[in-house]
Amino acid sequence: MAFLDYEVLRLIWWALLGVLLIGFAITDGFDLGVAALLPFIARGDVERRLVINAVAPTWEGNQVWFILGGGAIFAAWPLVYAISFSGFYLAMFLVLAALILRPVAFKYRSKSPDPKWRARWDWALFVSGLVPALVFGVAVGNVLQGAPFKIDDDLRATYVGGLLGLFTPFTLVCGLLSVAMLVLHGSAWLAVKVEHGAVHYRARAVGAGAAIVSLALFAIGWGFVAHGTGYAVEGSADALGASNPTRMTTVVETGAWLANYGRHPWMMIAPILGFGGTALALSGILFRREAAALAGSSLAAAGIIATVGVSMFPFILPSSIDAHSSLTVWNASSSASTLALMLGVTVVFLPIVLLYTAWAYRVMFGRVTTAQVVANVDLY
Amino acid sequence: MDFSVVDLSRLQFALTALYHFLFVPLTLGLSFMLVIMESLYVMTNRPIWRVVTRFWAKIFGINFVLGVATGLTMEFQFGTNWSYFSQYVGDVFGAPLAIEGLMAFFLEATFVGLMFFGWEKLSKRQHLFVTFMVAVGTNLSALWILIANGWMQNPVGARFNTDTMRMEVTDFGAVLFNPVAQAKFVHTVSAGYVIASVLVLGVSAFYLLKGRWTQFAKRSMTVAAAFGLASSLSVVVLGDESGYALTDNQKMKLAAIEAAWHTAPAPAGMTLIGLPDFETRTTRYQVEVPWVLGLIATRSVSGEVTGMSELVLKAHERITSGQIAYQAVQVLKHTPTDPAARAAFEMHKRDLGYALLLKRYVADPATATPAMIDTAAWDTVPSVPLMFWSFRAMAGIGFLMIALFTAAFLISTARRHERYRWFLRIAVAAIPLPWLAAELGWVVAELGRQPWAIDGVLPTFLATSSLTPALLITTIVGFTCLYGTLAVIEVRLILAAIAHGPIEDMPEPAPVSTLPIPQLAA
Ligand code: HDD
Ligand code: HEM
Ligand code: HEM
Repeated sequence: MAFLDYEVLRLIWWALLGVLLIGFAITDGFDLGVAALLPFIARGDVERRLVINAVAPTWEGNQVWFILGGGAIFAAWPLVYAISFSGFYLAMFLVLAALILRPVAFKYRSKSPDPKWRARWDWALFVSGLVPALVFGVAVGNVLQGAPFKIDDDLRATYVGGLLGLFTPFTLVCGLLSVAMLVLHGSAWLAVKVEHGAVHYRARAVGAGAAIVSLALFAIGWGFVAHGTGYAVEGSADALGASNPTRMTTVVETGAWLANYGRHPWMMIAPILGFGGTALALSGILFRREAAALAGSSLAAAGIIATVGVSMFPFILPSSIDAHSSLTVWNASSSASTLALMLGVTVVFLPIVLLYTAWAYRVMFGRVTTAQVVANVDLY
Repeated sequence: MDFSVVDLSRLQFALTALYHFLFVPLTLGLSFMLVIMESLYVMTNRPIWRVVTRFWAKIFGINFVLGVATGLTMEFQFGTNWSYFSQYVGDVFGAPLAIEGLMAFFLEATFVGLMFFGWEKLSKRQHLFVTFMVAVGTNLSALWILIANGWMQNPVGARFNTDTMRMEVTDFGAVLFNPVAQAKFVHTVSAGYVIASVLVLGVSAFYLLKGRWTQFAKRSMTVAAAFGLASSLSVVVLGDESGYALTDNQKMKLAAIEAAWHTAPAPAGMTLIGLPDFETRTTRYQVEVPWVLGLIATRSVSGEVTGMSELVLKAHERITSGQIAYQAVQVLKHTPTDPAARAAFEMHKRDLGYALLLKRYVADPATATPAMIDTAAWDTVPSVPLMFWSFRAMAGIGFLMIALFTAAFLISTARRHERYRWFLRIAVAAIPLPWLAAELGWVVAELGRQPWAIDGVLPTFLATSSLTPALLITTIVGFTCLYGTLAVIEVRLILAAIAHGPIEDMPEPAPVSTLPIPQLAA
């Protein structure tokens, strides 16, 4: 694979990182949104079960996008894996604690008819949807702002800063945008998946609201980014160099994250998709085109995530306290052999995964109805 | 170096991993037993096998979700708590983890949804296929994670790159076909099959004792007896010995397991019991069986088992050689082209990790005193009593399991399931034993690896993240509370499911609405 030099491999893995995050947001995203909506959108046990069973057979496979994201960052961007997860230590703990509740809540809720038991698991599901959605957004905000870490010449990272430091007005906007985006996506899913009835109509109303909030927050976030701190590489980075931040002579200066759009106007596709997708979702909901709404909310998630990626390029995790420690596409990857090997594995297995996932969705195709929920012993 | 961060990180890893491994082996084994049971249903078409399959699938489900929930913690813990480890070996170690996600977790997690929700939507054969895919997925996941773990015990196919200050892959094939990983895989999945068989056997015995669901229980018992006999033979016969000649650390582990303070002439005897004493470096009151150790460890009567004192001498040599490599790296860090340093590094690079052991006592290993080198060399000995006793308990349980399943097999082929009530009582009482053996097995494997995180490459005390003890205590308390609560709930649910027995679930308590309540299927 001679045409795949180190630079190209790094670019591909940068793009694949985006694909994984987008895959996670599109598939598991609606599970998170649905869980966060559960206590508000469904009244009484039968309605709650309608909502739960709209995601129950497939959420588990969707969650693997998250796990694979962790594994792939480890394999392709070890420095990013090492520094981001240890840096955002307590935030990560919150996400894990919430996500630990989720499988258990799905499975155990139906094990007893006691309303108190079920109500407790409903709240557990709510937490398992809301907390990760919020924290992921806040984390992305912090990545955009730069994180307070330093790398010494053994490449050992030291991190200063705690949990509360993660919350600033800008990162809160990012966190809320993430919640709104996933709630929109979750309601679009419910609109497609649940029979016409109270839940379906409430999902559409909530979805319309979430879409408007998303549009506003995305615009506000864009404003923050346009006028706020950004990072830029001075001079040209060595795209073929060793993955060692301390060896690169890249000087980082405060500039603007929007500079890339001037250099590469095609990158505007990302924010356009973010706004356009949300608008499509909104109109799909209003005009009762549910499939279009779901497509719109998926595109919106893809666009918003891609916007962060392309705005920051080539940065992946800038350091706010030490320019030389910033992680970029050119200094934080695995070796060329590991990247090539992992690319081979991905090219073979990702299509297979997508094939059987599609089959699983097909088997479970169709709206969930009250009649089914009441009669079928296999449902939660 | 802040030792309490190291200790707390180790404690957290040990707690979360041992907890994860309470659920993992049952998933590994029960998924295959479900395939066997469901195949019998598809082949014979008799409804009783459907009842058998669905009952055990319910237990499987309750257990599976906790396996998934606790696995999430594991996947991110290398980054959160072992940040330097992740940076130092991520180029090699990350790949099997990522492949595990792509190849195994997607498979099991996607098909497990269909397995639970697809009974009405799939044909019988399709459903069997789905169950099979879940079993394949879980066992593939064990393969990949054990390739990662095996590499920590025997880090083949990689070299230290002075440009990036980390280990990088040179030969992925060697990582993949690492003999340590293969031995681990066979032993660990067999342990899972034993655990599942013991549970199925014990619960069936319980029903037979109570005279409930006897048709169901006899069939379950027959499957468990056959599968369990094969697996318990496999777990004992295909033990983990094959990897022991490979590295100094593995040899040390074996010596510690045997409390072999000095090299014994071949063929070595095996110490059955005794009291190992680190201070005097002797084992008191030992009862020895001649020849056995030589046979197990070297598969021959002429091979020697190297003793700890001799291995410590070797570690001593490797530390002094490593000091040269370390000094060379300090030069190459800033002047990558320095020829003298490059030559010195190439000569001594395989001992670089040994120099790092000195960092516990001195910031610059090059300036270590002879006393420090001596202490560091003795650091390579893991806790002998712990190794010694954990191993004996595990192996003892292994032989018990063979006896248990041999009896169960004879009884169930003779169709005398209900006749020997004393046996049924033993079968119930035996349920916790293989779990204990598996946890002790990990203690032997992982504490025996100490002081290394990566054998001969990276000491554990260097591998941590820049965290504070307060942060670690927060998460340890958090995980303990969360995990503790979930454990109580899960055990109660499993007991309730067993008490409830293999009738199909009541679908729903009367909903508040006026919808008709469905009739129960018989
Ligand atoms: C020998 C087997 C084995 C071992 C040593 C481990 N696991 Fe595990 N893991 C499994 C065997 C397994 C499994 C059988 O595949 C599980 C258990 C129950 C389950 O649902 O899948 C699982 C679940 C599981 C999940 C959830 C997967 C899903 O959503 O389906 C993750 C992310 C991990 N594990 C990660 C890890 C990591 C990072 C480990 C190392 C420290 C680890 N596991 C040790
Ligand atoms: C699920 C089964 C496992 C169990 C029960 C288990 C058990 C343990 C225990 C008891 C420790 C603490 C040892 C000590 O520090 O004194 C430990 C440490 C550790 N284990 Fe495992 N382990 C398991 C699987 C794995 C796997 C599959 C890997 C790697 C792929 C792994 C990597 C580690 C690491 C990185 C540490 C911390 C560093 C160290 O102490 O060396 N473990 N494990
Ligand atoms: C005579 C019987 C047995 C022998 C000789 C034996 C041998 C061993 C050895 C030497 C290790 C350490 C591997 C290492 O250092 O990496 C080990 C680990 C382990 N054992 Fe056993 N064992 C026996 C029975 C059992 C039983 C009955 C179980 C559970 C049902 C079990 C479960 C495990 C597990 C889970 C591990 C950790 C994973 C691994 O390292 O492979 N073992 N065993």
